Amino acid sequence: MSETGRIIGLHLGLLALLFALQFVLPAYHHGNLARIMVLASYAIGYNILFGYTGLLSLGHALFFAAGMYGLSLTIQHAGFTAAPALLTGLIVGAAVSAALALLALRTAGVAFMIVTLMFAQAGYLTILYFAEYTRGDEGFVIQAAQRVLWGFDLSQPTNRYFAAFILFATCLLVSLTLVRTPFGRTLIAIRENEERVRMLGYNTFAHKLAAMIISGTISASAGAAYGLLFGYAGASFASVQYSIFPLLWVLLGGAGTVLGPFVGTLFMFYLIDLSSGITTAYMLIAGVTLVVLTLFAPQGLVGELRRRVWRWLP
Amino acid sequence: MELGPYILLASLEGAVTAAVLALTAVGLSLVFGVMRVVNIAHGEFFMLGAVIAWYVAQSFGGHPALGFALALVVAPLFVGVIAVVADMTILKRIEYDPERTIVATIGLLYMIQQLTLMTYGPEARPVEAPFNQRIALPWFEFGDNGLEFYYPWGLSTTSYKLAVIGAAAAVLAGVWVLMTRSRAGLLMRATQADREMALAFGIPVERVYALVFGMGAGLAAFAAVLIVPIQQAHYLMGADPLLLSFIVVIIGGLGSLPGTVLAAVLIGLSDGIISVFFSPTLAKILATLLVGLVLVFRPQGLFGTRSA
Repeated sequence: MSETGRIIGLHLGLLALLFALQFVLPAYHHGNLARIMVLASYAIGYNILFGYTGLLSLGHALFFAAGMYGLSLTIQHAGFTAAPALLTGLIVGAAVSAALALLALRTAGVAFMIVTLMFAQAGYLTILYFAEYTRGDEGFVIQAAQRVLWGFDLSQPTNRYFAAFILFATCLLVSLTLVRTPFGRTLIAIRENEERVRMLGYNTFAHKLAAMIISGTISASAGAAYGLLFGYAGASFASVQYSIFPLLWVLLGGAGTVLGPFVGTLFMFYLIDLSSGITTAYMLIAGVTLVVLTLFAPQGLVGELRRRVWRWLP
Repeated sequence: MELGPYILLASLEGAVTAAVLALTAVGLSLVFGVMRVVNIAHGEFFMLGAVIAWYVAQSFGGHPALGFALALVVAPLFVGVIAVVADMTILKRIEYDPERTIVATIGLLYMIQQLTLMTYGPEARPVEAPFNQRIALPWFEFGDNGLEFYYPWGLSTTSYKLAVIGAAAAVLAGVWVLMTRSRAGLLMRATQADREMALAFGIPVERVYALVFGMGAGLAAFAAVLIVPIQQAHYLMGADPLLLSFIVVIIGGLGSLPGTVLAAVLIGLSDGIISVFFSPTLAKILATLLVGLVLVFRPQGLFGTRSA
């Protein structure tokens, strides 16, 4: 089989497996997997900027929250139905990521991390400040009646799973296509050596700007979908923790691999889920995992797999 | 109360904030300056200092001043040792790579926070101040009888708060002397200026790094012991000092000690005065935006000369 054939086969195979799983999984894991697919879409968005372009952002919660609040606030206060609210979430996410990109891309390295962190923190505090509309930390519930998209009631488990699946499949295929186009290849080149790419005549700023907007918009779509599927919006989704989670998932799964975000999210979710039966200290597990990863497997699970077995993995 | 005494009171409170902030931020700035890494777990070292101060004060009977004095020595040392161990087991092994250090120290942050929650618990606990006399402050007024002094109600401070300012100033002076006049300081400055060259001249760079990391954490812990009689020890108390220290270090110019102290005084005082007039959330929003914008448009900081 050719390399392209193998790549397409592997990814479509995963999607087919996820599609088939909904008929056999027990209710508890069925719900979990829907949540994992939405969060993995968030991680896929993060991976485009971090894994492929080499820009470590500590402020992606801002984009996730932009999508979530773009959707939920318009439903709650402007009386939008689900479809236009979802679109609003995406547009807000794209606008916020473009604005932050124009500012933050003037810096690099550690300064880039701190700038994204600071603006995300300002966004989080802004949500708290307008508690009259957002209800701050406590958040608000989106009623089941308002979560009907094109006639499908997304508070039903089957519809919810299917919606999460469509979101995840779209994000995965977009990400797979993107990294195989010349544009995606240029991003990887920027990650490896930005100076050289600039010397070869590419406009690296425009490429990074586009990567950040795509990454932010995918993250925002995950945020909007999370609000729509699980019916809740709260300020904690904009906190620093939610900027660090996708970093953790991507690092765990493998930065700069298409499947890494999903594998990392799945692994982390069940690690916490299983260990919370034994201890409540899931943050300790997250902390230890982060440190161990930076020490021993900077490539992540899928990254190690690519290094050792399947060298053709995208 | 009129506006004048109000502002005096706010700036006194601000001066206490500034003193503690200056210590914490100098610790962060030292680590950044010499080692070129950002320590996200710095706020947790601060928190550990406060928690250990509570343990020491609790387990030590007798006069509260003795327990407190002991905590002032034990907490920074203990936290310093933890930081040195973290440096040698984690940071050294990832070769002080700036980005991986940030990820690893985030992991460290989670670990310290969760371990504190599991052992110390979620309560906020006070430590008794060693001395705490209330000092009423006079205010003047031009009345019918010319200049008059009187004591407005509520305009007061405590001897302990003044002592905090004094202690912080003394320690900062000590750090300054250490950096500029001692051999250890010379080695640190040499490492800061050029790591490779320092190594070539036989300076034990790895030991200097471990020492600096421990010292930075120790300074944060010392600041926390000073503030704990005023603020109480809590396992989540590290977030605000971390954010504020970041702001101070960035505004003061990364790695510049005098700039850091100056910025701490500026931020501490204005924080005290601003929060009289605005809501604290709004003040924080403005401060975080300011830091972001300073980094974007003036990466060398307001007082610094070198870029990040």
